[in-house]
Amino acid sequence: MDDVALAAGGGDGVTGDVAVLGAGMHPWGKWGRGFVEYGTVAARAALADAGVDWRDITSVVGAETVRGGYPGYVAGATFAKALGWQGARVSSVYAACASGAQAIGTARAQLLAGLADVVLVVGADAAPKGFFRPAGGDRPDDPDWLRFRVLGATNPAYFALYARRRMTVHGDTLEDFARVKVKNAAQGSLNPLARYRKAVTAAEVAASAVVADPLRLLDICATSDGAAALVLSTPEFARRHGAVSPVRIRAVSTVTPTYPTTVLDLPDIATDSAAAVPPAEHTFRESVARAAYEEAGIGPEDLSVAEVYDLSTALELQWYEDLGLCAAGQGAELLREGATAPGGRIPVNTSGGLASFGEAVPAQAIAQVCELTWQLRGTAGARQIEGARVGITANQGLFGHGSSVVVVR
Amino acid sequence: MSRTRTPVVAHWFAGEGDAFRLLGTRCTACGAVFFPREDVLCRNPGCQGTDLDEVPLSPRGRVWSYTDGRYRPPAPYVSDPELPWRPYTLIAVELAAERMVVLGQGAPGVTVADLEVGMEVAAVPGVLSEDAGTTWTTWHWRPVGVTA
Repeated sequence: MDDVALAAGGGDGVTGDVAVLGAGMHPWGKWGRGFVEYGTVAARAALADAGVDWRDITSVVGAETVRGGYPGYVAGATFAKALGWQGARVSSVYAACASGAQAIGTARAQLLAGLADVVLVVGADAAPKGFFRPAGGDRPDDPDWLRFRVLGATNPAYFALYARRRMTVHGDTLEDFARVKVKNAAQGSLNPLARYRKAVTAAEVAASAVVADPLRLLDICATSDGAAALVLSTPEFARRHGAVSPVRIRAVSTVTPTYPTTVLDLPDIATDSAAAVPPAEHTFRESVARAAYEEAGIGPEDLSVAEVYDLSTALELQWYEDLGLCAAGQGAELLREGATAPGGRIPVNTSGGLASFGEAVPAQAIAQVCELTWQLRGTAGARQIEGARVGITANQGLFGHGSSVVVVR
Repeated sequence: MSRTRTPVVAHWFAGEGDAFRLLGTRCTACGAVFFPREDVLCRNPGCQGTDLDEVPLSPRGRVWSYTDGRYRPPAPYVSDPELPWRPYTLIAVELAAERMVVLGQGAPGVTVADLEVGMEVAAVPGVLSEDAGTTWTTWHWRPVGVTA
């Protein structure tokens, strides 16, 4: 796809585009306050950015946090009430780490179906200290409860299993993993919304405590408070509103895995068996990205920037391959070449990534789209990648959830 | 004081010594194998099977990957907060016949320094934790030829 086709807009993907009129975030951190406050701050920032009055929003979609209350205090309605009830249609979604992308997907479906013309999407969390853990009680029918009870398998344990596997199969080194952190921390130092805004050296990564061999503390993302919001509209509403060339969402992939799974995904104790049915051609993460490319009518060669879910440094390298930025096993080489740093062929995690933010689960996939929006508008300040026209997000969470969003301008 | 030996999860494993096996199920319609066991519905999307038989899994496999837990995991993992945390090893093991990867703790004394991807390991009976009246049993992976 070339620039001319992109500039024509609207008709290149499988579906129509929706416009991103506004993006806003509450800074990530450990603020000790409630997720409703964070979400409301982000929502007001997005509305102000869009120049849209809250009372003109016709639909609100909330991405839910489990930990801020019971499932999210039903997030969409909670945010709508906090902003002041004004009669908008409301939805709430929970999809683990992909909650934010599913909220965007829900808003987009309403816009494309003509059920709403301007939608507010909000995700916010107030994360607990330490390891994520399952809800309490004795619940042996919950795989997430079981992996803690039977194995003590924390999220970093799974990240470490993937990292060790990469080291053996692809020859990745601890130095490669540290390079990811150094790259992302440098970007985070330029982002006023990031929780960690200091440059990090490879020596500091190596000197940090081992959490789950071979991964160190600085290889693994923290858990944070934070919120992100978007104001999305139909192209017609955007035109009426005076948005001449808005950033547009062209694809939202939220596909499920295909049986049998071959990668040990959280919170599973085993993969599926491939004895009776051979595995699909692509892994789950690859299929999430491929569905996004197909829906958008683009390929990896069209990308200017990418925001990927670096729950660990090693996972960022995995995403390079799953997004098709390079061949399988070549992720570390792509990093070493500098291709994924600013100035490279395809800068990844220009926001600073989870390495600099820490994870605020229902907000994170929305925050990825906020960063792409600013990059494609050319308003990313010190982080700006010159001439960014097409961006992709990638994300994966528990229980077979994953997402990828394609944003164009 | 004698404790009752109780599996941490019922019907996931059985047997003692060399006869110890992880227990899965196999769909009688399509042959798909499941661990943890599926007892009601086959999860093969092309199969309507509802009849699944218990089947022992291969007693040995090869290390797919491994790690350890340097910090105390949260509940419901059981550990004594009065005692210093002692890291345990986690091993993901590829079973050739079943074409699947099964996670388990390493046997006591097995550390990451003892392991390599591709190494042969066996499922052996193990103890997860003990409380006043119960010894909670589990499965462990142990490198073949190591008795530690």
